[in-house]
Amino acid sequence: MSPQEHEGGSAAGQHADAHKVSHTRGGGPGGAFNVVGKARRRVDGRAKVTGQTRFADDLVLPRMLYMKLLRSPHPHARIVKIDASRALAHPSVKCVLTGKDVPIPYGILPVSQDEHALCLDKVRHVGDPVAAVVATTEDEAEAALALVDVEYELLDTIADPEDALSKPEPRIHDYGDDGNVHKRVAFEFGDVEAGLAASDRVFEDVLFFEGNTHLPIEQHATLAAVDENGRVVVYSSTQTPHYLHRALVKALGLPGARIRVIATPNGGGFGGKSDPFNHEVAAAKAALVTGRPVKVSLNREEVFYCHRGRHPVLMRFRTGVSHEGKLQAMSLETLLDGGAYGSYGVASTFYTGALQTVTYQVPRYAFRGCRTFTNKPACGPKRGHGTVQPRFGQEVQLDKIAVALGKDPADLRLMQLAQAGDLTANYLKLGTIGLRECIEKVVEGSGWRDKWQKLPYGKGVGLACSSYLCGAGLPIYWNDMPHSGVQLRLDRMGGVTCFCGATEIGQGSDDVLANMVAEVLGIDPADVQLVTGQTDVTPIDLGSYSSRVTMMAGNAAIQAAERARDLIAGPAAKKLGIPRDRVAFQDRRVFDVEDPSKGLTFEEAIVVAEAEHGTLGTVGSYKPPQSPAKFKGGGVGPSPTYSYSAAVVEVEVDPATGWIHVEKIWIAHDIGRALNPVLARGQVEGSVYMGLGEALYEESAFRRLPQKLSRANVHKFPSMLEYKSPTTLDMPEVVTYIVEDPDAQGPFGAKEVGQGPLLPIMPAVANAVFDAVGVRVDRCPITPEDVLRALDDKAKGGAGRVGPAAFPAIGWPEPLKVPPPWEGGDGTAVNQKPRRSRPAAAGK
Amino acid sequence: MMDMPPKELHTLRVNGEALEVAFWPHRTLLEVLREDAGLTGTKHGCELGECGACAVLVDGKPVLSCLQLAVECVGGQEVTTVEGLAQDNRLHPLQEAFADLGGSQCGYCTPGFLVTAKAFLDERPRPTREELKEALSGNLCRCTGYLQIFEAVEQAAERMAEAGRAEEQGR
Amino acid sequence: MMRVPPFKYVAPKTIAEAARALRDAGPEGMLLAGGTDLLPNMKRRQQTPKVVIGLSAVKDLRASLRGADGAVTLGAGLSLTDTARSPLVADAAYRALTTAASKVATPHIQAMGTLGGNLCLDTRCNYYDQNHEWRQAIDFCKKAPGPHGTAQREVTHGTCWVAPGSPRCWAVSSTDTAPALVALGAEVTLVSADGERRVPVLSLYKNDGMDYLAGKRRDEVLTAVHVPALVGWRSTYWKLRRRGSFDFPVLSVAAALRLGPGGVVEGARVTLGSVASCPLEVTTDALVGRPLTDEAIAAFADHAAKPARPLDNTDYHLSWRKRVVREYVVGALRELRGDPPGLLARSAARVLPVLA
Ligand SMILES: Cc1cc2nc3c(=O)[nH]c(=O)nc-3n(C[C@H](O)[C@H](O)[C@H](O)COP(=O)(O)OP(=O)(O)OC[C@H]3O[C@@H](n4cnc5c(N)ncnc54)[C@H](O)[C@@H]3O)c2cc1C
Ligand code: SF4
Ligand code: FES
Ligand code: FES
Repeated sequence: MSPQEHEGGSAAGQHADAHKVSHTRGGGPGGAFNVVGKARRRVDGRAKVTGQTRFADDLVLPRMLYMKLLRSPHPHARIVKIDASRALAHPSVKCVLTGKDVPIPYGILPVSQDEHALCLDKVRHVGDPVAAVVATTEDEAEAALALVDVEYELLDTIADPEDALSKPEPRIHDYGDDGNVHKRVAFEFGDVEAGLAASDRVFEDVLFFEGNTHLPIEQHATLAAVDENGRVVVYSSTQTPHYLHRALVKALGLPGARIRVIATPNGGGFGGKSDPFNHEVAAAKAALVTGRPVKVSLNREEVFYCHRGRHPVLMRFRTGVSHEGKLQAMSLETLLDGGAYGSYGVASTFYTGALQTVTYQVPRYAFRGCRTFTNKPACGPKRGHGTVQPRFGQEVQLDKIAVALGKDPADLRLMQLAQAGDLTANYLKLGTIGLRECIEKVVEGSGWRDKWQKLPYGKGVGLACSSYLCGAGLPIYWNDMPHSGVQLRLDRMGGVTCFCGATEIGQGSDDVLANMVAEVLGIDPADVQLVTGQTDVTPIDLGSYSSRVTMMAGNAAIQAAERARDLIAGPAAKKLGIPRDRVAFQDRRVFDVEDPSKGLTFEEAIVVAEAEHGTLGTVGSYKPPQSPAKFKGGGVGPSPTYSYSAAVVEVEVDPATGWIHVEKIWIAHDIGRALNPVLARGQVEGSVYMGLGEALYEESAFRRLPQKLSRANVHKFPSMLEYKSPTTLDMPEVVTYIVEDPDAQGPFGAKEVGQGPLLPIMPAVANAVFDAVGVRVDRCPITPEDVLRALDDKAKGGAGRVGPAAFPAIGWPEPLKVPPPWEGGDGTAVNQKPRRSRPAAAGK
Repeated sequence: MMDMPPKELHTLRVNGEALEVAFWPHRTLLEVLREDAGLTGTKHGCELGECGACAVLVDGKPVLSCLQLAVECVGGQEVTTVEGLAQDNRLHPLQEAFADLGGSQCGYCTPGFLVTAKAFLDERPRPTREELKEALSGNLCRCTGYLQIFEAVEQAAERMAEAGRAEEQGR
Repeated sequence: MMRVPPFKYVAPKTIAEAARALRDAGPEGMLLAGGTDLLPNMKRRQQTPKVVIGLSAVKDLRASLRGADGAVTLGAGLSLTDTARSPLVADAAYRALTTAASKVATPHIQAMGTLGGNLCLDTRCNYYDQNHEWRQAIDFCKKAPGPHGTAQREVTHGTCWVAPGSPRCWAVSSTDTAPALVALGAEVTLVSADGERRVPVLSLYKNDGMDYLAGKRRDEVLTAVHVPALVGWRSTYWKLRRRGSFDFPVLSVAAALRLGPGGVVEGARVTLGSVASCPLEVTTDALVGRPLTDEAIAAFADHAAKPARPLDNTDYHLSWRKRVVREYVVGALRELRGDPPGLLARSAARVLPVLA
């Protein structure tokens, strides 16, 4: 077992500022915790181990038809003609859809409504769907794809960002900043050039982070049907049923009340199921056309075409430091390869520059980001959305700074940590920060002080830190409504049902909801019946992305449960003949705190409450606090609070081949409070695992054939065999420290844990490789080929580095100038054009 | 369009029961279990032998149902799926341990891991961690990072050994 | 869901029946042993036999024995798990074979896949081991069939995307057991409806990604593998792949040695796998007759690495794969010399003691 620090939440009541905090105390007598902090079987555990969890592809309806999508073999082409008559003539084919049948565009962000269920006039990457064939069996649907004749007119391929920057034509989309540039953004928080000039040393580094993908083991699937009342019902493996609902309303042109979206439990998501997908829209349309249930189950190759994975990012850091290593100013430029569609890309672009300031104090900061369109599947949000790549760059550069200044990298970080409650240069309001303790834990646990620069050649340790959001401060589309809602229903049989739009993707969102309700009402989480992720039944939750569910649905559940507790407490007090403030809830009983023997069972308490109030039900909702960032684009980055992580990785590197073996990993994560320590540790280790894959093995690489012979631009290996997800034999020993520094914003003090711990792994591996053999691989993944090339370079008297040579010239726009708080700023840009009063989200 | 030979009626033995199903010879065990027998507990992540999600036991050996023709299992072989692990309403110790110790997050890889671990523990009741890693190296999990899975299997092994000892003493 | 295209299924009970069925089916027929190579290929429409002859009911294919001369015969239908665990090859002399078998893919695939299937394994290439749709996007290649269902080998035109302009296909021989068996000097029995013959394992193969199995006629069933008695020999198998399981080799080194008094090499056989369309045997004259010093190993490794010609059609960069051949040869020989395992050995050669 790994050491953990979650002794039933003992520190709860005593925490320094607990009195200011609404929910860091438990629901039991005296603020003791009933459920929170106890290691416990997750509420959906039984279903998962018996195979009873019904994933989308497990669903079957009578008269069900099967849909397959005909996909483009070309990376970029105009559709001249589609003739489906041969397919339609086949007896088992029930319908063939093409772009004209679903012509309304949609997209996850209001600014990027650039997708169609089926390509209308153009295909933009290999795998873009052009027709949907619906037949009585999946085999027949698949075979009939060959009977749809499509005529294409080929267009030049835009293969990568360099291509996109140099070739404005042919344009992949007719919107965006210009040519094939989707979006350029630029900000300056203080005079960075002056800050750099005034620094004792300036470090400049160009690094590259290759794209990679989520690879959930469950392939996406959707079952759409027209229900008995004529409504369209869409069961789908989606992380964002509400956003899918919105896209369906738009693309199908139906009122929201006539569409029901039911998110089935996701067999892994990691961000890969948070866009509305073409197969989802097409299946719904096919159900409407045929009047029969239509199922579409993607194969693995098709999942690679859905993608929305990590953007490949080229980045340049220029960082000025004092002789002691204090950061003075930092300038970051990023260039993103967006793939063929907008997806979350505008937000991703902002995210590459959002969180540089939340771990260490950065007095002046400039960020410029550019996203390009290319003829490849669209990139989007993957675990750590947009912040992972620059975090790699920042933490590797800090390591270089430490080495250059002769400082211990741990000390370099410790001397300038961001402080709890800080407002950063870019106007992010920080909450609690357990980063110091995280660093101390991994430094001590790993024996860092005896290892760094002290291990024999070939062995090394590396350290890196990170931070992540606990839910995005703004929704995808502008609105003033809650981000999450919960409804509770309590019945006289003692039943409690919790309705919430949150979506279970493995992270344990159902368990969090049950945990919150049970904590407040003093019942067993297993007693809480959960109804989640159904747009027709559950109050809206925006979805399982940006680590927002625990924070937002958790707080909403607490509010609903507290209202229920209040409804019960009055009548129960009356019945027990005690003052209301003496009523306690614990162990399925409602009793007198001063004489616990005097009490009612939970059922009896509901009965008296129902007799008094009538049918019992409550609601709760949550909306994040308003951000102090008032400048345009300031909507990406704010969060109710931030989680923190630190990792030490120990590696062994074979100098003859460059082979890298990760020996052991120590990771500490500041989670605020671990609601269920079993799940918390699982999220940390799962993040470490995924980070290790990104660090060493995984890449979404593309292959362009010799251009004289072919225009092909294909995913190199859209398969689970060649996309290298680590196996049991590749997973090193991991020591996990859960650091708890309860945050006033979090439900019972909890912060996120699902994404943050992934971030430090890649830079820690890179730094460890340097410590082992003295070479820098300024790209990720870090492969033995690169290590050996860097060693060769060093042997020849070079710098011992591999990585990108330069950052291209990009015509940056005039930056928005926002003076940091300590330079008299108020969160607005001094050169911002006048606009409407609201702060704008990136997605606006 | 597709000249399909007629389906043939076969008897499969699944989870201790005889199952009469009609299928084509080109159907895999995965398809027959999920689509003809309604046993959707067995999952699939690639259908090409590259993930392990579809693992089931055939005569106690873990095999990939996506690469196993169903017609080659109609000779009386005993097929065990995740649905066959619990006895009556009692979960198998592996199921208990996976549920309690975080061995299952999204749960999608879980059936494959459970049956593979069962076959392994039946052969090797008290394995070392290294042996366990090797035995489970044909199952990918994208959620857990495996460590809680290892711990769950080890706890189950312990519980099964205890139960075995108790039974022996009872005799 | 990826699905297998329809076919006629035949289930012979004896080797003779299987050979007849194979002959009768003609070019439309293929044997199916464990199916772990053929079924994925069928699902991706790389191979689409109209008749599939299942070997699972042919018990004789699983028979193994040790002959009076100490030579071991292993049935071609033996699973890789059973091969690795067979008491007949438990001796250190056969370690190359047992290691190779236990490093194939995953435990599940080892339990399903057979020794014979492994020897006949289709060659691999990143442009070929792809779905039909993907291959359509590159307009296919020499080895891959064109439109749905065209039988393999009918397509002889097309480009090789790995080496455009080259007249041949460079798909990679990726079998783990073949290099091991070549290093052990093994032979196989081939049975057709007209008779049977016995040939060295190496002679099965041709350095051609399409006609890689030129030494076996299409109507022949590979029925058994014969490994000679190897008194005083020891052997090992090193496999390069990115991950600890699942992955095919992208380089392998099988080495067998007999060391005499004073550590003098009396006999040596070294075979490289996955660096050509067939296993490559390396001449070992330079090793024999002298002790296995660091210098001797280094000189031999330089020589051994020469014929390796990795191309850009597997995992890892080709120049790196070429570069590390030498290191793998060095590692394998050092292991046989008795050096303690280093970092590379732990990933390349690590195997647990096989379960009894
Ligand atoms: C994910 C994955 C990873 C893999 N990794 C590896 C690996 O690392 N190393 C490796 O070597 N292999 C690997 N394989 C390939 C395969 O699993 C093995 O090679 C296995 O041994 C093949 O045996 P089989 O019995 O399943 O062959 P089958 O699929 O049944 O047959 C393979 C070929 O051999 C022919 N054949 C089979 N038996 C005979 C016979 N008796 N006589 C004549 N022809 C015959 C078939 O017609 C077919 O062409 C992998 C496969 C997968 C799916
Ligand atoms: S080596 Fe060339 S011809 Fe052979 S499979 Fe690969 S691309 Fe095709
Ligand atoms: S479904 Fe992936 S191995 Fe069978
Ligand atoms: S629990 Fe999700 S893949 Fe293993």
